[in-house]
Amino acid sequence: METIQTTLDSTLQTADKAEDLAMQEAAKLGLDDDAQHQVGMAVRECTVNAVVHGNRYNKNKRVHLQIERSDSELTITIGDEGEGFDLNSLPDPLAPENLLRQSGRGLMLARAFMDDFDLHPRPGGGTEVRLVKHASES
Amino acid sequence: MSVKLTSRQVGDVTVIDAAGRITLGEGASAFRDAIRGFVAKGDKKILLNLADVTYIDSSGIGELVSGFTTVTNSGGQLKLVGLSKRVKDLLQITKLYTVFEVYDDEAEAVRSFH
Repeated sequence: METIQTTLDSTLQTADKAEDLAMQEAAKLGLDDDAQHQVGMAVRECTVNAVVHGNRYNKNKRVHLQIERSDSELTITIGDEGEGFDLNSLPDPLAPENLLRQSGRGLMLARAFMDDFDLHPRPGGGTEVRLVKHASES
Repeated sequence: MSVKLTSRQVGDVTVIDAAGRITLGEGASAFRDAIRGFVAKGDKKILLNLADVTYIDSSGIGELVSGFTTVTNSGGQLKLVGLSKRVKDLLQITKLYTVFEVYDDEAEAVRSFH
């Protein structure tokens, strides 16, 4: 098991860094280009969420990224230090009345692109998203 | 690289060639400003060519939707051409294939405005 653990600033550049790291690990896992792209985009969307909605760009708050790579899967957790929220409270972006909304699709895309998606309160405060991609799915 | 937008006229259709990334931040705001600019100068038939767009995130998708709404509300039409498989997949997942008119061929897309 290889583990990368890092804390990152609450800036949009953090999304680029997290995406790059995740795609590198996805490549090491042996995922094909499309699956690497999916992992990268899922991580990007969740990291943007952590920066924008969780930490609200607060420079005193950090984004916590952990990537674990085994022989069979990639497990990525992205945590923020925000106030937390209830996933069920978000409008369904696929409902006909919401299709023309400008935002609200990020977590849905992350869920679609990964094999497992779980959002829960982060120990110590904030929200944590756990994403899993299996090697066999590539 | 952020998104680069250039426009050309094909008859009365304004074709916008987009290249690069449409993502949260500079790329998405540049895209939004450009669409509003075309609408402000009265363009009603807008074909957005995404053939050279390498990446769109959910914010970029949001800007496509916003552009569609802006153009439609001004009495115009915004259609898409040249989508990569990944962008097509995004539109499928988000059900926006039911909203946008999407074409593979530019000539066919231009004809569809008439």
